[in-house]
Amino acid sequence: MDVSKTGGLVKLKINGQTKEVSIRFADTLLFTLREQLGLMGAKPSCHNGDCGACTILIDEIPFNACHLLTAEVIGKNITTIEGLKDITVQEAFIKHWALQCGYCTPGFILNTYALVKSKPNATDKEIDEWLDSNICRCTGYQEIKAAVKSVLQSGVSS
Amino acid sequence: MISFDFEYASPQSIKEASETFQQFKRENKKAIYYAGGTEFISRARAGEIKADAIIDLKQVKECQQIGFANNQLVVGATRTLTDVEEGNFYPLLSDVIQHIAHRTARNKITIGGNLMSHLAYREAALPFLLADSTLEIATMDGNVRQVSIHDIFKQDLHLSEGEFIVQIMTDEKFLNMPHFHSKKTKQSKLNYPIVTLAALRVDEKIRVALSGAYPYPTRLLKLEKLMAAASKKFDGNIERVMKKLPTSIIDDMYASLEYRKFLLERSMIDMFQKLERMSS
Repeated sequence: MDVSKTGGLVKLKINGQTKEVSIRFADTLLFTLREQLGLMGAKPSCHNGDCGACTILIDEIPFNACHLLTAEVIGKNITTIEGLKDITVQEAFIKHWALQCGYCTPGFILNTYALVKSKPNATDKEIDEWLDSNICRCTGYQEIKAAVKSVLQSGVSS
Repeated sequence: MISFDFEYASPQSIKEASETFQQFKRENKKAIYYAGGTEFISRARAGEIKADAIIDLKQVKECQQIGFANNQLVVGATRTLTDVEEGNFYPLLSDVIQHIAHRTARNKITIGGNLMSHLAYREAALPFLLADSTLEIATMDGNVRQVSIHDIFKQDLHLSEGEFIVQIMTDEKFLNMPHFHSKKTKQSKLNYPIVTLAALRVDEKIRVALSGAYPYPTRLLKLEKLMAAASKKFDGNIERVMKKLPTSIIDDMYASLEYRKFLLERSMIDMFQKLERMSS
């Protein structure tokens, strides 16, 4: 890491690629992804870790990108919605009408992906517990839950 | 976006963390220890807190320890709430943690961060208060000291300048004792508590701690003495129990004093019924 005292040029591992980016240590990962790297899939909303719209994965664990400093994730594997290709989660969301305006959808999809990978036999209680991290204001949660359950049955790989 | 710049250090040991703090102090820089950082980021963004430097403790090996040693459960201060919950070493602690924030947030919030929060709730403190846990504290000169939670957690956790929590240690004998936990929120499933009650039955005596009802988490020692002096069975006289509670119950826009007292009474009755049922 090439640094001044309050920031510098760092390498981030994002969606299987290494990206070099200039950061302030005060930058959140959400800011770096969107404003520095042009990865707009993580959505800004509450900026307070409450809504889940900016959910990304760090080493396959869901985090709110608004509540991470970019400096904390140097050397870790970052996955954004742009990095989830050829998987069944998006198809399941379409099939079960689990989206409407779509703003919250990337966060839900990343959370679902992490849930299915880490708990392939997740119970209803576990599904509810994980989905509680994301807020949707227009679709309704039953369709989303149905999509999650269908992915649990089929697996994430297409 | 956080409007001010700060330096970022990620020490690998207690000694290095303390030396880093001292170095910033010599440079007249305000340094803050950092673990999960959720509260720091929210408050810094809102302009409620400022720092010239943050010292991230997540690479300090002792702060990441979790498991058993010398007949004690050891939880490193930078372990996340999810780590502690899923480890299920201390079922009451797991129950309490499972109701703090939401799953994704718990992947980031640390046990030490919850104890050090500026918010009134700090629910993770309740199981440690009930089990007379011990805190290992790193001092500014790089040494460690051990102190009973009761001697340092008096409404707030009182650390001296340059100190940070390394670990929380809990005697194994408390971990699987009969317990009770109840969290009441204003409306939704996920929210700060109006009343959270945690209880542990130790040698047929009930220990009780609260969050949400008062401006700080607290263990109800006077009430415990009353219950120990009384017969083992709850006689149904909840008013006698309520009289032994501190009087400073919160009365605010989230819940009136009367409503909080009502919920507290209900939680107490549920607690007696569950713990007495388990002993019969």
